[in-house]
Amino acid sequence: MAAFAVITACGSASAAGNSGGVDAATATSASAFGGMSGLIAAAKKEGQLNVIALPPDWANYGSIISGFTAKYGIKVNSANPNGSSQDEVNAVRAQSGTSRAPDVLDIGMAVALANTSLFAPYEVSEWNDVPASQKAANGLWYQDYGGYMSIGYDSSKFTITSVQDLLKPQFKGAVALNGDPTKANAALNGVMMASLANGGSLDNIAAGVAFFHKLNQLGNFVPIQATTATVKNGTTPVVFDWDYLSAAHGKDVPSWKVFVPPDAVLGGYYAQAISKTAPDPAAARLWEEYLYSTVGQNLWLQGGARPVEMAAMTTAGTLNQTYAAALPPVGGTPVFMSPTQATAAATYLNSNWAQAIGS
Amino acid sequence: MTAVASPTAGSAGRPRAGSLRFPFAWLGTVPFLGYVSLFLLLPTAIVVAGAFAGARGPSLANISALTQPYIVDSFVHSVVLSAASAAIGAVVGAILAYVLATGNREGAVRRVVTAACGVLSQFGGVTLAFAFIATIGGAGFVTLWLQQHGINIYANGVWLYQLSGLILVYTYFEIPLMVIVFLPALDGIRPQWREATANLGGSSWHYWRHVAGPLLFPSFLGCLLLLFANAFSAYATAAALINQGGIIVPLQISNALSSEVGLAQADVASALALAMVLIVVVVTVLYSTLQRRTARWLP
Amino acid sequence: MLVVLGVFFLLPIAAMIEFATRGVGIDAPRTLTSFTSILSSPDLTGAIVASLELAAITSVAMLAILLPTMIWTRIRVPRMVRVIEVLCLAPLTIPAIVLVVGLAPLYQWININISDSILTLAFAYVILVLPYAYRALDAGLSGVDIRTLSEAARSLGAGWATVMWRVIVPNMSSAVLNACLLSVAVVLGEFTIANLLNFENLQVAIALIGRANAGVSIAVAVASLMFVFVLLLALSFIARGGARRRGAHGVVA
Repeated sequence: MAAFAVITACGSASAAGNSGGVDAATATSASAFGGMSGLIAAAKKEGQLNVIALPPDWANYGSIISGFTAKYGIKVNSANPNGSSQDEVNAVRAQSGTSRAPDVLDIGMAVALANTSLFAPYEVSEWNDVPASQKAANGLWYQDYGGYMSIGYDSSKFTITSVQDLLKPQFKGAVALNGDPTKANAALNGVMMASLANGGSLDNIAAGVAFFHKLNQLGNFVPIQATTATVKNGTTPVVFDWDYLSAAHGKDVPSWKVFVPPDAVLGGYYAQAISKTAPDPAAARLWEEYLYSTVGQNLWLQGGARPVEMAAMTTAGTLNQTYAAALPPVGGTPVFMSPTQATAAATYLNSNWAQAIGS
Repeated sequence: MTAVASPTAGSAGRPRAGSLRFPFAWLGTVPFLGYVSLFLLLPTAIVVAGAFAGARGPSLANISALTQPYIVDSFVHSVVLSAASAAIGAVVGAILAYVLATGNREGAVRRVVTAACGVLSQFGGVTLAFAFIATIGGAGFVTLWLQQHGINIYANGVWLYQLSGLILVYTYFEIPLMVIVFLPALDGIRPQWREATANLGGSSWHYWRHVAGPLLFPSFLGCLLLLFANAFSAYATAAALINQGGIIVPLQISNALSSEVGLAQADVASALALAMVLIVVVVTVLYSTLQRRTARWLP
Repeated sequence: MLVVLGVFFLLPIAAMIEFATRGVGIDAPRTLTSFTSILSSPDLTGAIVASLELAAITSVAMLAILLPTMIWTRIRVPRMVRVIEVLCLAPLTIPAIVLVVGLAPLYQWININISDSILTLAFAYVILVLPYAYRALDAGLSGVDIRTLSEAARSLGAGWATVMWRVIVPNMSSAVLNACLLSVAVVLGEFTIANLLNFENLQVAIALIGRANAGVSIAVAVASLMFVFVLLLALSFIARGGARRRGAHGVVA
């Protein structure tokens, strides 16, 4: 472990990029490079960007990455596509100092708040368009896009008007979660949404666990990992997932619909951060500028996610109306879990989930 | 293979001055031991150190975390899964290997089957899980075909997504692995032994019970152990099929390492890995004792 | 018996092909676009080449490190035979996802100080193939009377290199071949360590493609299975030819 610490120290010293007198690793905004053109030049000099856990079918990241490469000519190395947010920070720690360490992170709020010591502060040009409650004042992390927890389903086989419909016999062997709730953020929110729809609250996830327990006993719940392949194949025709992830299945199954229960509108946002020991610091900062520009935000919108600058862009009229109209309809008031509530839910799940689904 | 050191079997070579002989022989193992120490023992030591790490110096907290009922259950499931798939894989694989060994050694059948076994023994993970889901999953084409003929194999729940299904999927790579590692042992059987047994009036049963069986048994046990360890530490296939609840230990380890809802504890993962190593050590010791007993009369 | 097993093993592959040739929508016609679009994925060719190079390096390195050690200990240091056997089984006792935790600091040092290339994965892969290679080589060695052969060769004046390379190895050619086949298959099928160390080998590339398009990822998986199968088949022809030239077929009596 001591050897590891020594290596990290040596690594961070050599990772500080130096481009024409500007120390990119400590730049806190584009002005440190003398404006966007300076930043672009510095990033092109580095020539590559390491991203992690950004699968192409997640919120349209496939187009976002290819758009970035097409615009700036910077190669993007996409690693560990199925990784979780925790895997991302694990990789930042374990590979710091190498040229493959992740430059930027797209992580859930729980992991972001627990690991701020790994991030470098940076304010994008559109900093003021991000609502104050959705960013850290010191610029260490900033939310990027979000959505609502939904039930995606094949409408040619089923009709769903409420969460309790899933208890009916025709859903035998059909319902899946996107991951294990003790491990994955999306699944945790899925169980919480079920809880809200069954009389629970943001402080009490027990109703959701009880619901899935009943689903499992009826034989309606299957424990496999829902993927694009299992959806296309018909093995998981009903999936609890973020609405933007569910919407992506529409290209494989034309009759796929996304249902957000009006009595349980549970939202969640993810956050961006730049690694303090990024091997390509200028490219990392350019990536963030790209993501928070109108182009980047609209690309996320195209993927069915709600970009964080949505309010500001609607006022300014730069929001793409076609994509906005394609978002799944949401009735009711959205609620969001606070970090404390999320931790409490996770602790409850840790003790009760395994028995509830009776493996 | 199993060399019981006898006093006269020291070294086969020109005699040297007594004091120089001993170190020279051991030097031959240095490259291997050095490489393994660096790339296997050192990482293992790092993991074991993690198992005893605590917030304020070494502690047993991670070890005691292993006594929780759902973790003990996952260990039991892991051992059952590995033992069952290893046993089935070993028996079926040995029979298949025998069929191949008694055939034409240069023939097309043997070449094709051997190459296929090589590929399939390492075919696992999400793709294998999906292949089975597509075959006999809820919407698999075999399932649907059987349903059209009135047979519902999932009348009592989808067993593919439970431990029994996992055993079936594991045999898919355990059987080919057994064929690959056991075939050379079967190739070593001389036809003269069969002829000798027949000459002495023995039947097929005598041949297997007293000649070929005991000679092959140590190798068979070794392959069985390999299959067990292979199944025990396999992770990706189970993660795709039974994603909920951490039914086996590698899934618990993955949860401890990658949980993004705040339940990640890397040191508990190390403790779980340490426990897995200990279990395999116990099984290896059993295998060693059994092997020494059965191979006692071999030169 | 072969037929029953054949059906068992081929059915899932057939299911994969069936899925990969599906069109979009329920009644869409079968299509081969999933397979043809493999050729237009740029990342994939780089990953295939890297995996093949790793497979070759790992096989050669494994034979160089393991085979002489196994033969040597059986002849000269019998007490170490059991130790080597246990050490060779050890890599399988730790799941790869945990082994990476221990390998990461080591790789950090290697990648900073020696090389950042994906080929450094060979160091770890040699360890990964040890259990399988050991078992295959061991089964072959058990059929060869090493002591007698080496004593005979040594008494005729052969050096140790000749004993190993020209006397013992030809008698266990099928075991050496199997060990190599297994090593190649392990390296080409390895995913976890490469993925968690942020390298892109064949399986990681397949996973990445899988998130873009389900049909293409299954098509790639089927294609890679066929590719490895043909490769292993070709290897078996090469080795057989070599063995026949040396006239090895059973014990050199």
